[in-house]
Amino acid sequence: MSNISRRKLITTGLVATAGVAGLATASRLALNYGLIPPDSGSLYGPGETLTYAAQRLLTRHSLAREFPRSMISKVPFANETAPPNEAFKHHQAAGFSDWRLTVDGMVATPASLSLSDLRTFPVNNQITEVVCEEGWSYIAEWIGTPLVNVLNAIGVLPQARYIVYFSIEPDWWESIDMADALHPQTFLTLGMNDGDLPVSFGGPLRLRVPRQLGYKSVKYITRITATDSLKHFGKGLGSASPEAGYAWYAGI
Amino acid sequence: MISFLALLTTGVEIVISHPRFYWGETGNSGTAPLFKIPIPSSRDTVPTGYNYVMPDQNGWSRYLHFEAAWVLVLTGFVYVVAGLCTAHFRRNLLPPPAERKWRALLEVFKNYLRRAPPNAAESHSYNVVQRTAYLSVIFVLFPLVIWTGLALSPAFDSAVPAAVNLLGGRQSARTLHFFISGFLVAFLVVHITMIVLAGFWQRVTAMITGRVATHLERT
Repeated sequence: MSNISRRKLITTGLVATAGVAGLATASRLALNYGLIPPDSGSLYGPGETLTYAAQRLLTRHSLAREFPRSMISKVPFANETAPPNEAFKHHQAAGFSDWRLTVDGMVATPASLSLSDLRTFPVNNQITEVVCEEGWSYIAEWIGTPLVNVLNAIGVLPQARYIVYFSIEPDWWESIDMADALHPQTFLTLGMNDGDLPVSFGGPLRLRVPRQLGYKSVKYITRITATDSLKHFGKGLGSASPEAGYAWYAGI
Repeated sequence: MISFLALLTTGVEIVISHPRFYWGETGNSGTAPLFKIPIPSSRDTVPTGYNYVMPDQNGWSRYLHFEAAWVLVLTGFVYVVAGLCTAHFRRNLLPPPAERKWRALLEVFKNYLRRAPPNAAESHSYNVVQRTAYLSVIFVLFPLVIWTGLALSPAFDSAVPAAVNLLGGRQSARTLHFFISGFLVAFLVVHITMIVLAGFWQRVTAMITGRVATHLERT
């Protein structure tokens, strides 16, 4: 104890107080600016919040890397999915002609869109990498319409903070914040590598979020809803992933 | 130490979900790996040939890996800033000019092999081998492991594409991250072995309090 001078004690005390005050201010600011992820309540909350907040400040408008056509993977890897349910098989047999995308929640004009309705929106393409949380990856060309086009057409209300999206398969749903929802590379994807999107890659309709890991790009999308809070979806953790033990924000 | 062990175990768990490594931008179960770790995987889509699927621990492992990384990076930042401010690196870790020779390094190794007891200077400061090892860990391996780790984040790469492009692509970054972690583990194993050989409690006390209880001091 004799080694610690009074000056040292005072400086340490001041630094500690400043640290605590800084943290308190930071958490209040983070809450105001929507920098706290919906699954921040667990033991891993502080780490997730730091990652999400840091990346949102750094990457709000940045674009995922795009690649030359020559780098498209010759062997894209179709990750396994559960066997399709009856509803999906029924649609598949009908060539997906009756597939509908319901858009509702905090929007001016809720809509139910067919695949051909979706094709009337401006169609873009991007050559981006699919990155799986397990470690593998592949590059493909994705063809579709940016989600922002559809959101603008139906008029998302300004208070909406998240877009929640659901697969036709039960318990398969995700959500993204508006930074990702309005991002020009977030596609309602209808095609892949110059053809229709194969079922194994999420056809007929997949929401691709290329700045996050593959599990955020849900296959077989049937519903999109705009909301200002994720509390009333599932267990309130933001998506099905945290309910299965995986992080909601997957930009890592 | 705790966050390093957390990063190590969770890192191993994450590797188990795809124990194959590639070079370049892309790689998956349908492409040829650079090398494989001969263990079963926790995912049945990986062709390991073992016909056995390990329990999947990826969810919590990933959560903990990133949280522990934050703890390590933040404490590391405080340590480096403090080390620079107090000239700790310059005074205690940078080898003195006279010892910046291969001969000096060899001399220390010879003493280690002879298991010669440390001389008076060594029990209070670091020898040239220790200094080189510590500086490499602090200023080479840790920055590299952080860089290669960040390069695996698709969002970070969207903001700083050079982070992954300079490493030769995403899969190269993952492979490098694996090897650099391996070097850090090797350092840790040697470091702890040496501490045990030198007298565990005496050294740990010295690390925390900065005092060395020598026989001279006691009498």
